[in-house]
Amino acid sequence: MTRLTRFTRTTAFKLSLLYIAVFTVMSGFLLVYVSENTDHLMSEQVVQSVDSELKGLADVYVRGGVRDLVETIDRRSRHPDASLYLLTDFAGNALVGNIARLPTTVLEEADGGLRRVRYTRLGQDSEDVERQAMVRTFELRGGFRLLVGRDLGDQLRFSNLLGNALRLWLIVVVVMAAITWLFVSRRVMKRIDEMSATSRTIMQGDLSGRLSVVGTDDEFDRLAVNLNAMLDRIELLMQSMKDVTDNIAHDLKTPLTRLQTRTEIALREAKGEDGYRAALEATLEESDQLLRVFNALLRIARIESMAPGSVMEPTDLSKLVAEVAELYEPLVEDEGGRMETDLPAGLRADCNRDLISQVLVNLIENALKYGRPEAGGLLIRLTGREEGGRVSLTVTDNGQGIPEKDQDRVKERFVRLEESRTEPGTGLGLSLVKAVARLHGGDLRFKNETPGLSARIDLKPVGPDNNRSGHEEGGTSGEPEQS
Amino acid sequence: MLKILVIEDDPEAARYLVKGLSELGHTADQAGDGDSGLQMALDGNYDILIVDRMLPRRDGLSVIQELRREGNHTPVLILSALGQVDDRVKGLKAGGDDYLPKPYAFTELQARIEALARRPKSANQVETTFTVGDLTLDRMAHSCRRGEIDIPLQPREFRLLEYLMQNAGQVVTRTMLLENVWEYHFDPQTNVIDVHISRLRGKIDKGFETPLLHTIRGAGYTIRDTAH
Repeated sequence: MTRLTRFTRTTAFKLSLLYIAVFTVMSGFLLVYVSENTDHLMSEQVVQSVDSELKGLADVYVRGGVRDLVETIDRRSRHPDASLYLLTDFAGNALVGNIARLPTTVLEEADGGLRRVRYTRLGQDSEDVERQAMVRTFELRGGFRLLVGRDLGDQLRFSNLLGNALRLWLIVVVVMAAITWLFVSRRVMKRIDEMSATSRTIMQGDLSGRLSVVGTDDEFDRLAVNLNAMLDRIELLMQSMKDVTDNIAHDLKTPLTRLQTRTEIALREAKGEDGYRAALEATLEESDQLLRVFNALLRIARIESMAPGSVMEPTDLSKLVAEVAELYEPLVEDEGGRMETDLPAGLRADCNRDLISQVLVNLIENALKYGRPEAGGLLIRLTGREEGGRVSLTVTDNGQGIPEKDQDRVKERFVRLEESRTEPGTGLGLSLVKAVARLHGGDLRFKNETPGLSARIDLKPVGPDNNRSGHEEGGTSGEPEQS
Repeated sequence: MLKILVIEDDPEAARYLVKGLSELGHTADQAGDGDSGLQMALDGNYDILIVDRMLPRRDGLSVIQELRREGNHTPVLILSALGQVDDRVKGLKAGGDDYLPKPYAFTELQARIEALARRPKSANQVETTFTVGDLTLDRMAHSCRRGEIDIPLQPREFRLLEYLMQNAGQVVTRTMLLENVWEYHFDPQTNVIDVHISRLRGKIDKGFETPLLHTIRGAGYTIRDTAH
């Protein structure tokens, strides 16, 4: 496609063409209207002055006869800016006047009608110059015919001048409009072309590319800002996919290799049915663990790519926390610990029951593994509060806490602090908590308490507009009760 | 022995399933797309259908919906690689009976198929009392007896035992217990279920001659009377 056809196909070009056409028609109309009106006005003036002169001369004739009339006409016609006069006798011979030549029919039809004629002026013009004039001819008593007229030269010159001015104005306006629209459309095209070019490079794999935001806050800027936000999201999703792939490559390779080695050793060295059975059981255990890691990774990736609105519903947190506590209480007690829940009855939030339960489960399991105090029994507290427009859930233990420098790091996939390497686990529990917390519009926050570690996530309270009734009992009041 | 139809388009996965099911003594057929799967399911009088969520020609959910519309109530286990949180809900709404996200362990699949096959075919077939050996659970009276002794159970313990006895003689996995007794659709890292089982065992088996609640290594638990 050539540059020109590309240009003519743009919306901007088509729009400018339409605007210029409409503008030209309007201006043309204006031009015709103004010149018509001016012409009319000036003709009226001519007629008026011709009429008044005729009247004056007729009076002169009535009072003083032909002699006075001839004298008056003679005098008047000598003025440099004189009207046109011609007086003829009954035979048609000119008696006095300042007209050299004129169509004969004008004098023959002396009915007082207004006529536009071409004439040659006496004394001033050479034979071949013709001028235009408005004339009236009257027949006076005695067979005399009197013609009075006004030259139209001034009027014609004026309307020419006006016409030229208007035409020039029209041309200038059209050209200016064209230039303006060309400029606008070029600017628009340039922005759009820039956007196309950027999106092409992004499509070719450079996900870090962004559309330029000029700062004019026009519709292009707003579009660019929105598209950039979309690209941020896509990049984040791509990055998390890539992370997952990297993690799988890196962290699943180790257990897979171990699995392979064990199988090889078993094949080479195991003796008898019992030996093979033991090896197979070990293999099965290892592969179960692998499957768990794999499922956990996939689940995190899915949570990260989830649309928040699709999975949330108003949920009774008091019930949710009580159920999780009930599930874990026997285990914690068996481990010589204690569990406490502390949250107001009927505390509600907009969240996903399954995901938030899993968050609590993961945090409790972490507390069980790493939150033991050096002396005395483990105490796990589940706390729920509503304050400042947020509902927070906190799991607190009474162990050693996490050094502040590591508090962010432990949320990453597969990151396990040195002292926890010996414990079983995938290193994915907190990554999942973080992903769920982010899905719910918050984050996972650690804080070292004295003693222990608290892990908090924030949820949105059930507002009046997102209180979908019918799922939870007593869900009509909308506002969660304050403790 | 069950007659099972596997509707799965991935030939590798389908072969693995059919082979595994055959080794367990079941008869397994395979359909490679939604349309032929629906046809076979309608014609073949199967005990269980295993339906993949994503199928060529006709989506897995649409197969189930069509089947139900035709009045066919064969239990359906949905397999899905999608695994979104609302995916399970969609599957069950479409008329599926159970849902298993890929990748899964074969023992998990086996336990679920057997649980599905034992499910009462309609609501009025639901039993009100379960009996295993000399253990009786009365759902109406919410009571549990072993021999002549009343056993007091917490509500959750009751539901746990109820589920186990519903599937008496079959293996139920920890995941199945979490899903059906606690209604959680995720797997904890720790042996939290084992603790509940051992507490239940303390109530129903402790002090009795024959244990009824057994642990199946690498799979889960089963309740059965080994004396007979």
